[in-house]
Amino acid sequence: MASISTTPAAEPRLKIWQRLSFEETVFGWLFILPAVLGLILFQLGPVLVSMGLSFTEYDIINRPTWNGLDNYTRLFQDDLWIKSIQVTLKYVVIYVPAALIFAYLVALLMSGRIRGISAWRTMWYLPSIVPSVAAAAVWRWGLHPEFGPINFPLKVLGLPAPRWLADPDWIVPSIVFISLWSLGNSVLIFLASITGVPRSFYEAAEVDGAGIWRQFTTITLPLTSSIIFFQLIITVINSFQVFTSAFILFGSNAAGSVAGPGNAALFYMLYMYRNAFGYFRNGYASAMAWLLFLTVAILTFILFKTQNRWVYYEAGDDNE
Amino acid sequence: MNVIRYAILVGGGILMLTPFFWLVSSSFKTPATIYVFPPQWIPDPFRWQNYVEVFDAVPVLRASWNTVYITMFASIGVIMSSAMAAYGFARLRFRGRDLTFSLLLSTVMLPYVVTMIPIFIMFSRLGWVDSFKPLIVPHWFGGPITIFMLRQFFRTIPLELESAARIDGASRPRIFLQVIIPLARPALVVTSILALVFNWNGFLEPLIYLRKTKLYTLALLVNSLREFESGLDWTHYMMVVSTIMVVPVLILYFLAQRAFIEGIVLTGLKG
Repeated sequence: MASISTTPAAEPRLKIWQRLSFEETVFGWLFILPAVLGLILFQLGPVLVSMGLSFTEYDIINRPTWNGLDNYTRLFQDDLWIKSIQVTLKYVVIYVPAALIFAYLVALLMSGRIRGISAWRTMWYLPSIVPSVAAAAVWRWGLHPEFGPINFPLKVLGLPAPRWLADPDWIVPSIVFISLWSLGNSVLIFLASITGVPRSFYEAAEVDGAGIWRQFTTITLPLTSSIIFFQLIITVINSFQVFTSAFILFGSNAAGSVAGPGNAALFYMLYMYRNAFGYFRNGYASAMAWLLFLTVAILTFILFKTQNRWVYYEAGDDNE
Repeated sequence: MNVIRYAILVGGGILMLTPFFWLVSSSFKTPATIYVFPPQWIPDPFRWQNYVEVFDAVPVLRASWNTVYITMFASIGVIMSSAMAAYGFARLRFRGRDLTFSLLLSTVMLPYVVTMIPIFIMFSRLGWVDSFKPLIVPHWFGGPITIFMLRQFFRTIPLELESAARIDGASRPRIFLQVIIPLARPALVVTSILALVFNWNGFLEPLIYLRKTKLYTLALLVNSLREFESGLDWTHYMMVVSTIMVVPVLILYFLAQRAFIEGIVLTGLKG
């Protein structure tokens, strides 16, 4: 279906506009009015306010006072802020590739001719609907260095068992592990895109004598690359915002509290939350929020720039 | 080759399911038998009383009701407002439509972090902290993903049905309510399920807005049972409340498996 936006520019826009009926315009705006208000009140407005606040000191009770770039300069001298960046980056760097590769492999295993697909789907998908609060509660015990069932087989076999949530070096990998447990969404999305590749492509490739690996690299991978790309973007954005699992495992509102041994679980969101809702430093926390937003936006932009090199879109796809 | 494939799927699948087993099993333990080596698979003693006593220890009933209340009203709101917007975007032609739609859709990528503080300030100015309003009202202004999914579906409804109703003199709101909505039932079910699970599982927003114990949701109750907060070893109660929180989601999944899977796939294909 051709929509207005994709009609070639040869036809002047004004003409299209003249043909639109007044009645349709009025009702159109009425129907989307709540959403437009929401867009302004809960998205665009707050983004701007947040930027403004980042140049102030504001505890909600007293009026905000302008302090220019103070918050930003102070951030760069704040060891905890730097720590929170290290923790978060470590997580992003481990989690994003691990999640995408793992989910894609599982989806590959489930695709093609296979019996009992709904059972497999259910088994792999169920963890992702578990509330992250409950997931963190279970894994707190599951990853317990002494009594947890994850270390149990390692201990029985006399193998070295990591101390998981009790070891600063293992905290981030532990949280990656917990997040990987609820990977079902990506698995289902990849599975749908892999099964969406027309069978005739593989049949043609087989006629040409292409083996399984070649079929994978020349058919499956390119034809699912747009979905991989989209999942990559979403995973990157979300992984910068880890909060619930880290908070349940290590968070506390108490002033001067530590997020895990050596603050090794001080995720960016956790530190921002503490500043905003523990110390009422809303200006400072807004500066943090804006820097995170900028980082994520720049990263997303860079990823979009690279997509011509590796993302394949089918011809005639009008992006709708 | 196929044997290996099935072996990985079965083995991995079982591994994915074991934490559910741990969860339920530890909810029947005593604090002392949770932290023992080797881990107990079947609790001994088997304390079914946990499920009775927890109601005396913490306000489980209250929290369940609060969670149901917030989830219901937030989900109804997001579906109604998003369906309206989706109809506008899918079927009516007006200036600025496509620009507004792409702006709206791009907010999917906007991290919640960056809007969280101003929204909190706004609601605290309104005196809405320690009420359910901040967790419900924003949902009545549409959700970008829901709008996107419903719009995609509305576009597949044959235009002829709508034209026929117009010839009969039906107004736009009437067409929306009497033609589009009934036909869109499958899509509404899918989006409702996603909304229900999303709101049921929410943590950060309840944490920010609900401070009084009597307003706690189940997620906040689990949080309050950690020893940092309670000063007691209530891990077994934490598991009980977590189980209470997980079970309705599982039931919903088994009732509406297809809708769940369709929904997830739709959110992932074509942002």
